[in-house]
Amino acid sequence: MTILTDSAAPEATDLSLVGGKAIGLARMTAGGIPVAPWLTVSTRVHRAFLEQTQLNAHIEGVVDAIDWHSQDSLADAEHQIAAIFAETPVPAGIAEDIAAAYQDLAERIGVPELSVAVRSSATAEDTADSSFAGEYETYVGITGAEQVVAHVKRCWASGFTAHAMAYAHDRGFSPLAVSMAVVVQKTVKSRAAGVMFTLSPSTGDRSRIVVEASWGIGLAVVGGEVTPDRYAIDKVSLTVLDRIPGDKKIEYLDGQTSTPVEDARHAQLCLSDSEVLELARLGKALEKQQGGPQDIEFAIDRELADGSNIILLQCRPETVWSTRKRAAAAALPLMDQVAASVFGLGKRGAAGSPGKRDLVLQEVRHAH
Amino acid sequence: MSTSDRFPFLREFQPPAGAEGWERMYPYFLTSQAEGEQLEDERLWFADTMHWSRAVYPLDSIGAEAVYLGAGQNSARIFVLPTSLGLDMRVVNGYVYISPTGVTDSDVINERLVHFQERAGYYFANWDELYGKWKKKMTGVVEAMRAIEFPELAEYEPIEVVTEARGRSAAWDLIASYHKLIDDFFVAWQYHFEFLNLGYGGYITFFQTCKQFFPEISDQSVARMVAGVDVLAFRPDDELRGLARKAVELGVDGIVASGDDPAAIVATLRDTENGRAWIDALEAAKDPWFNYFAEYGFLHDQDTWLSNPSIPFAGIARYIEMLQNGEEIARDVAKLRAERDDIVAEYRGLLSEDEAAQFDGMLQLARTVFPFIEEHNIYVEHWTHSVFFQKLRELSARLVEAGFFADAEDMYLLNRFELDEVLADVVQAHVIGVPARGVQKWRAKVAERKGIMAALRSQAAAPALGTPPEEITDPFAIMNYGVTTERIRDWLGQSSGEGALTGAAASPGVVEGLARVILTEKDLPKLQPGEILVAPITAPSWGAAFSVASAVVTDIGGMMCHAAIVCREYGLSAVVGTGFATSRIKTGQRIRVNGDDGTVTIIGEAEEAA
Repeated sequence: MTILTDSAAPEATDLSLVGGKAIGLARMTAGGIPVAPWLTVSTRVHRAFLEQTQLNAHIEGVVDAIDWHSQDSLADAEHQIAAIFAETPVPAGIAEDIAAAYQDLAERIGVPELSVAVRSSATAEDTADSSFAGEYETYVGITGAEQVVAHVKRCWASGFTAHAMAYAHDRGFSPLAVSMAVVVQKTVKSRAAGVMFTLSPSTGDRSRIVVEASWGIGLAVVGGEVTPDRYAIDKVSLTVLDRIPGDKKIEYLDGQTSTPVEDARHAQLCLSDSEVLELARLGKALEKQQGGPQDIEFAIDRELADGSNIILLQCRPETVWSTRKRAAAAALPLMDQVAASVFGLGKRGAAGSPGKRDLVLQEVRHAH
Repeated sequence: MSTSDRFPFLREFQPPAGAEGWERMYPYFLTSQAEGEQLEDERLWFADTMHWSRAVYPLDSIGAEAVYLGAGQNSARIFVLPTSLGLDMRVVNGYVYISPTGVTDSDVINERLVHFQERAGYYFANWDELYGKWKKKMTGVVEAMRAIEFPELAEYEPIEVVTEARGRSAAWDLIASYHKLIDDFFVAWQYHFEFLNLGYGGYITFFQTCKQFFPEISDQSVARMVAGVDVLAFRPDDELRGLARKAVELGVDGIVASGDDPAAIVATLRDTENGRAWIDALEAAKDPWFNYFAEYGFLHDQDTWLSNPSIPFAGIARYIEMLQNGEEIARDVAKLRAERDDIVAEYRGLLSEDEAAQFDGMLQLARTVFPFIEEHNIYVEHWTHSVFFQKLRELSARLVEAGFFADAEDMYLLNRFELDEVLADVVQAHVIGVPARGVQKWRAKVAERKGIMAALRSQAAAPALGTPPEEITDPFAIMNYGVTTERIRDWLGQSSGEGALTGAAASPGVVEGLARVILTEKDLPKLQPGEILVAPITAPSWGAAFSVASAVVTDIGGMMCHAAIVCREYGLSAVVGTGFATSRIKTGQRIRVNGDDGTVTIIGEAEEAA
């Protein structure tokens, strides 16, 4: 039986053991990208569950009887299998292991009543090109060992929804061949959240990092419902150059509804300098790793201790400035460059001239 | 007039009581004349307190002539800068004011540009070779000036006049040597500007390249990529560090750091072998490194380390104290260089391959020209000026001997043309064998002018006069003096005396501390560890002070002024070019210096003055 809590362990990147989603988390952690703390209930536990309960024998008959061209047949099979899962309890030994791992995680990060997301992390032999993205279930806001165990089982069952079975069949393998690891990951309790650009969004300056943040989860920033705080950081020296407090009248605490923010916090900076600098360090490292400017969503988890409370939620290449063709300026001969730079004189249309004056120069002929 | 679109005109800037008639002390062309009034009113004049932090004595105004002749000819006539001629100059209430002269006619600009590209291009292409020649030329001028002698007016001419059949008297050399000294001084200042504008030009080109790639890059980040680490400018201060270390090694540090009487210290040291060994080291360091002005060297009454050994001794004592406290005093050259290389690598790493190639080319240009920018002061402002004023002191001694002046200081109250008249009087009277005709006349003038000078020096310079243009475009006014459109606007707004001071953010960091206003280098020893140095301008030679100050604020200066360069080297926060710091801030006030955004705020009043 294997439940993994150490993301640095060699098994943590064994696809057959932990599935795609957990490998992604382990790789991000190894790459210095902080994600919410998690544990992985490995495929070995899934197999133990199936063996001890003899579930596969029951399910096999149902799957064999599916008419793959019929939606009704698929839906019927889903219901039958769901009923089989419902009447099959998780064996006590397995349930205790999962519960203990969950309690350990809560203790380790110092959060009692730990709320987690329980997420399927599937794998199957010879499925390197099958991502299973979105095929299996994720459950959020789960609290308590009993509930966690129950939802791990639901993840295992989610391999047999109509669309998951069809997905597997279309790719030429049986739904029964899917091994399901399950990731149990802390729910991010966002004190503040926002976005970070590893360049200046206003000028495209790549020696700048700009962070915008507001109270609560990132919805208010992304949706433009508040004027967020704005922080400018020098990417080279990693110093905070500017902190402009926003006007943060509302915050989302749960992703559904916004609540008003008390007056005193409207213009109060929601990030500390050390948080801003830590974010910038992460942004700079990610940019280097990814080979270009990044657009990153982050949250500051209020339940986690200072220094380990930054969670990156999403990271994608910046597209506005990075795709813009930059003026090719190298063509100017030295003395034209000097004339342009020092005196603002350049040939009309010459790239790279700061052009304080718009003067057309005659062809420069050097006297002998 | 609290806020306005112009500063007072030159004629509206009233002299202090007791200074009436000040303008008659200076050569007429340095002061306002009726025929130039309209022209003067239409232009912006800013106080060059960077070079002349106090009202200048009439004879010292020769420096302003030499500087702006050298600057003008190289900008306007030799290298033909396309958009600017020279800097016009006036003395107003004893202070030196300068005014950029722009070229606006586009045909003229285009014509000038052709010449500029050919001429400046030649220098950029051959920089190292020409700079090598320049050093030889400069050393030659300094040597030639050192060789100048002002002979005694002897009852009988030396016998060599006869045996060598010279046919001219040694007495004549009093006049001829004076002319030669003036000539050499003017030549040195022409050399000074031979490379300076081009050096700034090369630097600005790199600067603009950086701005193009990194639109928000700070001036200081660019400067840090170019700063020399091992340049001549740091040698004098390095000598003091070396002498401090030597004193500790020899076990004479207690004596060397004992009090402020260098002569007594040296006398004590002579009693022991180790003491004599230290004196040998001191003597070895003196030539040439103590030919070093504690201030900027443009006024005859400024000290060099030679003329006032208390200054270097105070510096040595500070370093000894640091050593005794177990602090490291060596400038970590390897570390500074590594930091510089790191910054360059970081910025370069953000560029595409093509951009990096362009960046490299411009960085190379900037680094080629930058040693001159950093080093030329040693040759001109320090070595040339040191010998120039030394020779004037020798001349003054002759005139006192001849009974013309009562005091060696009196000569400086005459301008250079008046002094020429005096020398003609003295020498002609001597060789004819009669008394000089003008003793009474000049002694009366001297007496009157002493009062005028005292009055002029009691009043601070107004940072600017006249009518500002809509935009300051002169690249050198911006780079060197920190006179930008924005700064001028600040100055206009601030002439009422309210609000935070703003200047150029010359060296990063935010520091709070007690202010120490230092108007002349003589007051430098008053600076206490941790205090913020507030001065009209600082010179590189204030190195020891930089080791104890926690931050620096100046009245004038831009990103490339020496205070800025040195503060970046020493890692001290600095705001330069505030215009009003020395008149607004009082010693003992608590102030906040923000070297990141260029503001200085008074945050607490001075406690009862000690």
